[in-house]
Amino acid sequence: MKPIVTADEAVKDIRDGCSLMVAGFMGCGNAFTLIDALVRKGTRDLNLITSDTAYPEVGVGRLICQNRAATLIASHIGTNPVSGQKMNSGELKVTLVPQGTFAERIRSKGAGLGGVLTPTGRGTAVEEGKQKLEIDGREYLLEKPLGADYAFIKAEMADRYGNAWLPAATKNMAVVMAMAADHVILEAEKIVEPGELDPDRVTIPGIFVSTIVKSELPAANLQQKA
Amino acid sequence: MDLKELKRVRLVKRIAQEFPDGALVNLGIGMPTMVANHIPEGRTILLHSENGFTGLGPAAQRGKEDPRVVNAGGQPVTIVPGGAYFDSSMSFAIIRGGHVDYTVLGALEVDMEGNLANYMIPGKMVPGMGGAMDLVAGAKNVIIAMEHVNKNGAPKILKKCTLPLTAVGEVDLIVTDMAFIRVTKKGLVLEEIAEGVTVEEVVKATEAPLHVAGKLGTF
Repeated sequence: MKPIVTADEAVKDIRDGCSLMVAGFMGCGNAFTLIDALVRKGTRDLNLITSDTAYPEVGVGRLICQNRAATLIASHIGTNPVSGQKMNSGELKVTLVPQGTFAERIRSKGAGLGGVLTPTGRGTAVEEGKQKLEIDGREYLLEKPLGADYAFIKAEMADRYGNAWLPAATKNMAVVMAMAADHVILEAEKIVEPGELDPDRVTIPGIFVSTIVKSELPAANLQQKA
Repeated sequence: MDLKELKRVRLVKRIAQEFPDGALVNLGIGMPTMVANHIPEGRTILLHSENGFTGLGPAAQRGKEDPRVVNAGGQPVTIVPGGAYFDSSMSFAIIRGGHVDYTVLGALEVDMEGNLANYMIPGKMVPGMGGAMDLVAGAKNVIIAMEHVNKNGAPKILKKCTLPLTAVGEVDLIVTDMAFIRVTKKGLVLEEIAEGVTVEEVVKATEAPLHVAGKLGTF
């Protein structure tokens, strides 16, 4: 069984300068309760790894707007203008990664691989400084594994072993991030006893999860907030 | 509908005719999204949403939004019967692995070698490439949907792209408000022109040289 704690307890060890993965896509699947707790705690200089920075003050976008990140690895920041402003002013060091490469770099870390060979980015700025390999006559870029100290994952339902169900389009980056972080904090809207969640319905096996937190905020209506 | 809108509808209608029945298609944001509304009768295509599903349906009705179902732009949408959800790794395996038959995207610039620039203007617009680089590198067919010239009236179809590239040599078709152009090893072939447009006008609005097809069509 995994410990079920409050959001404030779950984030209390996340120190300044830690690396943090936040699952979600334009806010969909962000762990809103955990993000709020981290903002309250006041951790700074995060090395933030997230698909995108959502919208200003929405979900993971809050960590940007509240000046909590020193570096950002993401694939898209266009929907949160604050990210671009901080990048231009030098406050935030941003590395932009193609979204599929982003997912596979994280997956390769979690899967114990030495990286991935991808055709994405050949001949573009993305290939700068990267090793190229020719495999069966086709050229690929070597993209290295990407891990983190912590990951925030959001589930609709989890059992006390941490097995989690992420419905619909909320899965996005959560599956690979859960494999690639040293400490995975799972926020769940509903926490059930073992046996109540059909093993066939498990999106993320509980073995990856360190701590479980009950969600206190409803999945935001992103359209209204955006 | 104003003239500009009419021209846009004409070009997205033309693109919609390219898809065979059952094709898996990924549409970019903006004009490419409009293609879905003009699929010829009797044909069904399956739309891929790179944030994690096939079977992308229309926007959700007001009051019926499900925050768990959004498109790649973050807007609340629906999933059609026969759709399937998956995570990002699977979604991009579908893209990169060549399982997406067509992708339709906008462009800032495209050139005679099929190079595409559509994700940044240094110092001005740096939103990140999102899934665009994977889509262009991985989809079987890459179709560009765009206005033929930019806001200042300058050509967007160039001999060589000047902006940072999204991908090298991946574009197959360029469809604009003026022309339907195929990218071939020999260069750009003007296959069709929009109604009311002349070949001379297209040539003048295009920086790259155009080979005019023997049998020139209109759309």
